Amino acid sequence: MSTPVNTDLTTLDAAELGRRLAAGETSSVELTQAYLDRIAAQDDVLGAYLHVDPEVALARAGEVDAARAAGEELGPLAGLPVALKDVFVTEGVPTTSGSRILEGWRPPYDATVAARLKAAGTVLLGKTNMDEFAMGSSTENSAYRPTRNPWDPDRIPGGSSGGSSAAVAGGLAPWALGTDTGGSIRQPAALTGLVGHKPTYGAVSRYGLIAFSSSLDQAGPMARTVLDAAVLHEAIGGHDPRDSTSIDAPVPVLVKASQEGARGELAGLRVGVVRELGGDGHTDGYDAGVLERVRETVELLAGMGAEVREVSCPAFDLALPAYYLIAPSEASSNLARFEGMRFGLRVGDDGSHSLEEVMSLTREQGFGPEVKRRIVLGTYALSAGYYDAYYGQAQKVRTLITRDFTSAFDDVDVLVSPTSPTVAWPIGARVDDPLAMYAADLCTLPASLAGLPAISVPCGLSEGLPVGFQVMAPALSDDRCYRVAAAVEAALDAARGSRLLDELANREAAA
Amino acid sequence: MSTPSPQETTGSQAPAALGREDTTGLGRGGTAGLGREDVAHLARLARLALTDEELDHFAGQLSAVLDAVAEVGKADVDDVPPMTHAVPLTNVTREDVVTPSLPRDVVLTQAPAAEDDRFRVPQILGEEE
Repeated sequence: MSTPVNTDLTTLDAAELGRRLAAGETSSVELTQAYLDRIAAQDDVLGAYLHVDPEVALARAGEVDAARAAGEELGPLAGLPVALKDVFVTEGVPTTSGSRILEGWRPPYDATVAARLKAAGTVLLGKTNMDEFAMGSSTENSAYRPTRNPWDPDRIPGGSSGGSSAAVAGGLAPWALGTDTGGSIRQPAALTGLVGHKPTYGAVSRYGLIAFSSSLDQAGPMARTVLDAAVLHEAIGGHDPRDSTSIDAPVPVLVKASQEGARGELAGLRVGVVRELGGDGHTDGYDAGVLERVRETVELLAGMGAEVREVSCPAFDLALPAYYLIAPSEASSNLARFEGMRFGLRVGDDGSHSLEEVMSLTREQGFGPEVKRRIVLGTYALSAGYYDAYYGQAQKVRTLITRDFTSAFDDVDVLVSPTSPTVAWPIGARVDDPLAMYAADLCTLPASLAGLPAISVPCGLSEGLPVGFQVMAPALSDDRCYRVAAAVEAALDAARGSRLLDELANREAAA
Repeated sequence: MSTPSPQETTGSQAPAALGREDTTGLGRGGTAGLGREDVAHLARLARLALTDEELDHFAGQLSAVLDAVAEVGKADVDDVPPMTHAVPLTNVTREDVVTPSLPRDVVLTQAPAAEDDRFRVPQILGEEE
């Protein structure tokens, strides 16, 4: 084998990095240092991280290298750096969920997914920026700073997992975990040219995931390739007795599905194109360039032997209003725990304020505008006299959306759509217009409400910015998402002669 | 109002139990529009000390959002059951075995205020009620 010529490790995918580690061509310390250098050089502009501790990361990398040198049996992820969205609690490592109310908090335990990655031998590079409590679609709602899109620093990286998307796309981490409540993995992945997957609800533990909307929240991988996402997903997935909504079923075989998909094995696959998500009569708010890339990708699937048909899911038209009742309602309940008594910020405890006043002052100072808006909206939707018309009605619409999926999956194996109606928009463009911000989630909300797996895979550029293609599948059939996404990825890479993210690296080199 | 801890992940419970507050201050049956007073009332229920500026700002924004989400009312949902959750799990049980809790001193180092091995909270006696 020839000597590796690529001196920039941070442009490689995790599978290649893992191969080099196992082969002794690089070390975890070298790798970790390469990402830390890149973070030091780039993150003042990108704002992808809220917390990085180089000494701790390098010490951890050194331990893994020492174990390898001593001949210990190590898993395939050992020594690989990873970034975690700041919504995951990490023992002794500052965790804020993007909020001032948790500034300085060092959790006393690890989220299950953090513990599983630690046990697999990964090195935590840092905690990534996010919209406060995962409420947002642009990462501008972070209480600390906005994150910028590596493709264009004047644009948003998507949200709420925008720190993770910017970190991976920008070469500040080989891969990362995000969370997805209404699209917060898939949309930022789409807007930065990454693969992002929201697993079946309950398939990945929520233990130690700071709750936003408990019936929707789900953790998942964000990566440079479909295969990397599959590897990361398999590492974190599976039953967790500490999460009572965790599904006690084996993790679908995702790596194998990705490998088979990459070989274009799609003959007989039945693909449904959702009319209500960018189809005829439903194109308002969609970029023409996004729809064009998606249409081309559907043709690509047909060319690989898939049977393509249009599918109608009428209740999807009400996914956005249903979601923006259900999620704020659950949030208003979940965020009651931030009252300044047991952890985080406390304001006004000077002997002159009552307990309730201290709680109110703490929450006033600790929460940002979008969190406050959603708490007020959720409180309203749950209140006596309005409950049936709002929250109760939204739950029934949720049933209708799920029924649409069920009947669609009688006829097709997967459903496809754009991931985001638009490409990344300029920073500030929607920040004071909640409804414009919410519209970014149009395509991702149905699968969230039904608890189904859905992946976003890059399908080209529009206006020089990445476009994402969404693949949705029945519950616990996450492997179908990976199979189809891998087929798309392989075909587009072959046609392009390079990966989409290479375009970003080339631009940076030319600048 | 119960305040579950961050590690609690039993999300299947409906938040309704917390949310069915008496909001008669809002009046009944009205649809569109949240006035400044409504927002102030809801904020009080949610223990948020919103500023005057926020009340002005949020009232307009939330009225627009409320109009948009009221679209759910268009759905024909006669005989449609509500869906609270995507996973059809009920009554997840486990053996009643004592396991170690988090160490008290570790937890208390992260508290805003601690005293005598306990969370110290503002005085509650002597408040109105």
